[in-house]
Amino acid sequence: MRPSTEPQAVVTGAPVTTEPIIRFQNVSKNWGTNQVLKNLNFEVAPGEKVSIIGPSGSGKTTILRILMTLETPSEGKVIVGGDTLWDVALGQKVRETKQLRETRRKIGMVFQQFNLFPHMTALENIIEAPIHVLGMNKAEARERAAELLNLVGLGKHMNHTPPQMSGGQQQRVAIARALAMRPKVLLFDEPTSALDPELIGEVLSVIRNLAHTTDMTMLMVTHEMRFAEEISDRVVMFDNGAAVESGPPAQIFKDPQQERTRNFLRAVLQH
Amino acid sequence: MDAVIQYAPLLWQGLLTTILVTVMGGALCLVVAFTAGLARLSRHRILRWPAGIFIEVFRGTSLLVQMFWLFFALPFFGIQLHPLTAAVLALGLNEGAYAAEVVRGAIASRAKGQTEACIALGMDPALRLRRIIIPQSIPAMLPPFGNVMVDLLKNTSLVSLVTVADLTFSAQMIRSTTGQTTAIFITILVMYFALSYLLTLLTSWLERRFALDRKALTLQRKENALMKVGAA
Amino acid sequence: MIWDNNFAVSIFPILLQGLWVTVQITLLGTLLAAVLGLVFAVLRRLAIPVLSQVVSFLVVFVRGTPLLVQAYVAFFVLPAYGVSFNALTTGIVVIGVNYSAYMAEVYRSGIQGVPKGQWEAATALSLPGVRTWGRIILPQAIRTVVPMLGNYLIQMFKDSAVLSAITVVELMATAQAIGSSSFRYIEPLTLAALLFLAVSYPASRLVNRLERRYAPQH
Ligand SMILES: Nc1ncnc2c1ncn2[C@@H]1O[C@H](COP(=O)(O)OP(=O)(O)OP(=O)(O)O)[C@@H](O)[C@H]1O
Ligand SMILES: [Mg+2]
Repeated sequence: MRPSTEPQAVVTGAPVTTEPIIRFQNVSKNWGTNQVLKNLNFEVAPGEKVSIIGPSGSGKTTILRILMTLETPSEGKVIVGGDTLWDVALGQKVRETKQLRETRRKIGMVFQQFNLFPHMTALENIIEAPIHVLGMNKAEARERAAELLNLVGLGKHMNHTPPQMSGGQQQRVAIARALAMRPKVLLFDEPTSALDPELIGEVLSVIRNLAHTTDMTMLMVTHEMRFAEEISDRVVMFDNGAAVESGPPAQIFKDPQQERTRNFLRAVLQH
Repeated sequence: MDAVIQYAPLLWQGLLTTILVTVMGGALCLVVAFTAGLARLSRHRILRWPAGIFIEVFRGTSLLVQMFWLFFALPFFGIQLHPLTAAVLALGLNEGAYAAEVVRGAIASRAKGQTEACIALGMDPALRLRRIIIPQSIPAMLPPFGNVMVDLLKNTSLVSLVTVADLTFSAQMIRSTTGQTTAIFITILVMYFALSYLLTLLTSWLERRFALDRKALTLQRKENALMKVGAA
Repeated sequence: MIWDNNFAVSIFPILLQGLWVTVQITLLGTLLAAVLGLVFAVLRRLAIPVLSQVVSFLVVFVRGTPLLVQAYVAFFVLPAYGVSFNALTTGIVVIGVNYSAYMAEVYRSGIQGVPKGQWEAATALSLPGVRTWGRIILPQAIRTVVPMLGNYLIQMFKDSAVLSAITVVELMATAQAIGSSSFRYIEPLTLAALLFLAVSYPASRLVNRLERRYAPQH
């Protein structure tokens, strides 16, 4: 069994000064001639809640997708929990190595478009991977799925399929589905930007709850600035494929050091 | 009409053979469709290319040519197939090549997000296909599969040209012995039409059965019923 | 030696003649199917009592029965009622009528795809019915239908081999005749297959390209 990431009270706040759980070393990503990530160096400590902000096209999604192995870096090295996920210098071309599979299991992801399996009920969506990937027995998987659905406030919806649920409900199921794999790191790519305004709150409150009650490392791309400020230990401002500025939310939002951060915040906070 | 009545047993035999050829050809067609269609989508060239060539060759030439080739040309290589075997093989491979494109198209058009969600959950490619991608693609495949099956049924009439005693073959025999051309051909046209219609019904039944949200609807209906019981 | 190259070369010109007949059948048959299909589609849409229903049923019936049996009916049954042409003409008519049933369906969806606003605009301008169909609806409907017509043309090209059963001497019948007279089937049948492929494969590539070009923009 892998180590538990059961909800437990953890003091959030100052980043823990241990070996980072995520480390990007000189990572670049090119699409043809378009360099989307430029020699990126970036670290996240275990249990840290990090929000990534920045203008459209700055490479925020690309970082998450490289971590989730949905994208290959063009240059550099990515280490997760002490294991190498990517090392371009080693000529790592094969996408499905054993090492990559093992390392990938530490990571879960919540997508902007939810990506629930439409032919399965909420419950089936959640138990699918624990049973077939982790080899958990069915009864145990169902029990845990029911707990997770309660956690996200959807205990009554376990037999509904995605088309029968609102976007907010779907996204909460998607979060439960990711949690069922007990990831050490959970990635969120703009989890609320595909939602109608009145549904955003319910999803944010689930994420807030996770941030406050688990020791899971969370990495979130978001345009919800107030939310980022509230739940993050650290906010990283991205522009043009590089981290422009990084620091505690109070500092980034109240007293940004960089011109580009100030401009960006002024633009997004206006409305 | 007397010829039809007099020769009813022969027509009945022919009908059974037509149904047999359709069922066997259809089964082979499905196997071929998934094998070639999935191979066509493989990451490995060793699978992709042969599948591509197979599909293009069998779609690009006539079914009749293929059937005759298996029946007349193959013996020169020392392989003598039973007429029924040659007929079923040709039908299954030919319609299977068309259906392979259906499989390929339905799977390729699955939202990219589904595959990514699977990767994020650590599912390997085989598991992805088996549990997520193929089940999701079935509803999209059913209507074109229905068309392929109706085509296959109609094309079974060609097996009469390689001496398989199907409905068309029986009709030809009765025509040449009795000369009652009109009655006999009208009869088998109606029989073929009825079979096609049955296949269409079967397809739409399957479509309803496999509709994506059906399962949830039944579950919900049960739930509602329970709640009513609880409230009463 | 299984494959006899000299024999193959010697029969090639005869097979090419057969191919030419196949091409003629396809072109004329498609023309007939395109026109008849349009007539059927419009008749169905006009909702003329009885006539429209009859046309609808015929279309469905033709689509539900084998081309080979339809060919036999035209070849054996019709002459008994005084309708008879030579085999080639019969073949072209049969395959043309058969495909018109499919084309009618294609036109129908094309006509349905024309936005309701177009009909309403035509009414608002008091355009007469013929003018509305001829200048407003059909030109728009047919545009979306062109690539499908291409697909059916290719399909008909391959299907026309069935007409060999009613003694139309096209590519397939030619290959078969060579086979039965020389007792060598490999060369004529393989060459016939290759000839079918040599025409239909590039043609379907071309239609694919058209399809992408004409794909509805919405
Ligand atoms: N598959 C792709 N092919 C080519 N270019 C791509 C691809 N995916 C992303 N890009 C480019 O990479 C750049 C960064 O994309 P990315 O999605 O990481 O930005 P982002 O910061 O997440 O933006 P947004 O806020 O709009 O989501 C963009 O310029 C985009 O056009
Ligand atoms: Mg993004």
